[in-house]
Amino acid sequence: MTRSNEILTYLVLGLVGILGPVFFENYIQQIAVLWIMVLMATTWDITGGQMGYNSLGNITFFGAGMYVSAVVQISIGYDVAEYTAAFGAIKVDFTETQYFTGIYLGIIAGGIGAFLISILLGMAVFGLRGPYFAIGTLGVAVAAGQLVGTIQYLGGGSGISMPVYPGDADERNVFFYILCFVITLVSHFFLRWLYGTQFGLAINAIRDDEDKAEAMGIKTATYKIVAWSIAAFFMGLIGAVFGNMIGFIEPLEVAFPTATFGIFMVAMALLGGKGTLWGPVLGAFVFHIIKETTWTLLLGWQWVALGTIIIINIVFFQQGIVGWLQEIKPEWFGLTVDRSKNPENSKA
Amino acid sequence: MNDLIEVQSVSKSFGGVQANQDISLSVKEGIITGMIGPNGSGKTTLFNSIVGHHPIDQGSIRFEGEEISKLRVGEIARLGLLRTFQQTRIYNKMNCVDNMEISVSQRERNFSSMFSGRKGEILDRAEEILDFVGLYSKRHLISGDLSFGQQKLLEFAMALMNKPKVLLLDEPTAGINPTLINGLIDRLKRANDEMGVTLFVIEHNMRVVMNLASHVFCLAHGKMLAGGPPSEIQKDQRVIDAYLGAH
Ligand SMILES: Nc1ncnc2c1ncn2[C@@H]1O[C@H](COP(=O)(O)OP(=O)(O)OP(=O)(O)O)[C@@H](O)[C@H]1O
Ligand SMILES: [Mg+2]
Repeated sequence: MTRSNEILTYLVLGLVGILGPVFFENYIQQIAVLWIMVLMATTWDITGGQMGYNSLGNITFFGAGMYVSAVVQISIGYDVAEYTAAFGAIKVDFTETQYFTGIYLGIIAGGIGAFLISILLGMAVFGLRGPYFAIGTLGVAVAAGQLVGTIQYLGGGSGISMPVYPGDADERNVFFYILCFVITLVSHFFLRWLYGTQFGLAINAIRDDEDKAEAMGIKTATYKIVAWSIAAFFMGLIGAVFGNMIGFIEPLEVAFPTATFGIFMVAMALLGGKGTLWGPVLGAFVFHIIKETTWTLLLGWQWVALGTIIIINIVFFQQGIVGWLQEIKPEWFGLTVDRSKNPENSKA
Repeated sequence: MNDLIEVQSVSKSFGGVQANQDISLSVKEGIITGMIGPNGSGKTTLFNSIVGHHPIDQGSIRFEGEEISKLRVGEIARLGLLRTFQQTRIYNKMNCVDNMEISVSQRERNFSSMFSGRKGEILDRAEEILDFVGLYSKRHLISGDLSFGQQKLLEFAMALMNKPKVLLLDEPTAGINPTLINGLIDRLKRANDEMGVTLFVIEHNMRVVMNLASHVFCLAHGKMLAGGPPSEIQKDQRVIDAYLGAH
């Protein structure tokens, strides 16, 4: 984007981020979820858009971060196995310091845990390409949910109650809102920087022709795993926050919602325009608004409506909103187009 | 002169097709070596074997005296042995400058330099080489929008950006407008002469190869038919029968 358009965009987003919850206090949780969706779509795009590897399993890291943070937080005052075995009979009683130490440690541990898991998984799945990679990663996410459901230490299918926030509901909402907003901002500026480095060029090269990149000496295997692990780190952080925000975590609906958020993040990136910094952000906004309105207006038909939008997007509108804008208004993005000149005219 | 690449008794077959049979040759440092042969005679297969694209059935391939036939594509590239593709391959959604910048040598790249910024000196060199191949005015265009011939030039420029010790070029003039071929020959010679890149060139066009190379090998039916200076190859009756006669 050109400099002035970019500043304008940041201003608008800043206002939405700060004034949104002030003026629409009742929607503070929904706006927090919107930032989570922005993070999901933009980090999905690291591999999906910039590198050309369409993962359907990034939700794994969301759940992984959530569970890692739960274990870290509870273990500050309790034996995790005893706590989960009691199925809620033990009530967490933390001091304020214990709670906040626990949650901050838990969030960081959630990020790091997801990061490490992604490196191990990456070594396995990045041998696959194209649709095999997509299905392979989907399998990982589904398996992760099922697996956690069998681990009694983690509460199995019945889940874990998270430590209770020491303060009133409004304060709690603001606390989690700020966490979501700040982590999403950090991830955005990190990616913005990343795409301007040699790393950004390398993953674009892998997207365009991986065998060529390999033949030019680029260590494609390393780049692929690092790219995925960056996404995993941020997904782990936000997963840890979301688990605490909801207050109760369980494998299928909250931690590893493969068929909803796992797919939504892909749909948002495609809708906004994959492979661009701003596409997934815009996609998340549009998607979230469509989703929330159809949820209330079209009760019972919301899935049909969402499905229709995804199909129209994929069949007729693959470049997404930003991709389409880049085509019709290249000057907004500071792109040079010079397609009119006869290519053969240049001296060779 | 040193032998930079030594190929000894290399064989490679695909199912029942003997693509390379007992091939031996050497590529000397500092000069341009040519390889000719009719369609399907196994030239590209030999290139693929040298760069580690597929395992060979038999024989040995050395680069600077070291056995490389068990190494992988990326490892061989990082040693400074690079190839271009017969079916030109570039990063077609990126612009020319980006194509060039990501083609820098990966030999010394470590974890932290993966994230290094896009330095001015790299951009300067990218533009200099784009200018050298005549693509300077197209540098901000998406490379996939270039003509086929320009894409070939870009691929050649990307290879030079990598500062290889030896560059294997698979039919660099194929698909290039005949009026532009002389300019390309001149650039290949200058890359060899001024940048010190040893070249090993597959070429169909007899006139081009005679003009370009100081040593030429001829393959036919997967076997080495003859090797020598272009003047001798041109007169060799076996080459005329197998190769020239076929056209
Ligand atoms: N990957 C492969 N699988 C099966 N057969 C192959 C493969 N690569 C090459 N061949 C066969 O090996 C033989 C040699 O092919 P190669 O591409 O090396 O010839 P070439 O000399 O480069 O021909 P051209 O001048 O047409 O490029 C051909 O018969 C070809 O069909
Ligand atoms: Mg060939």
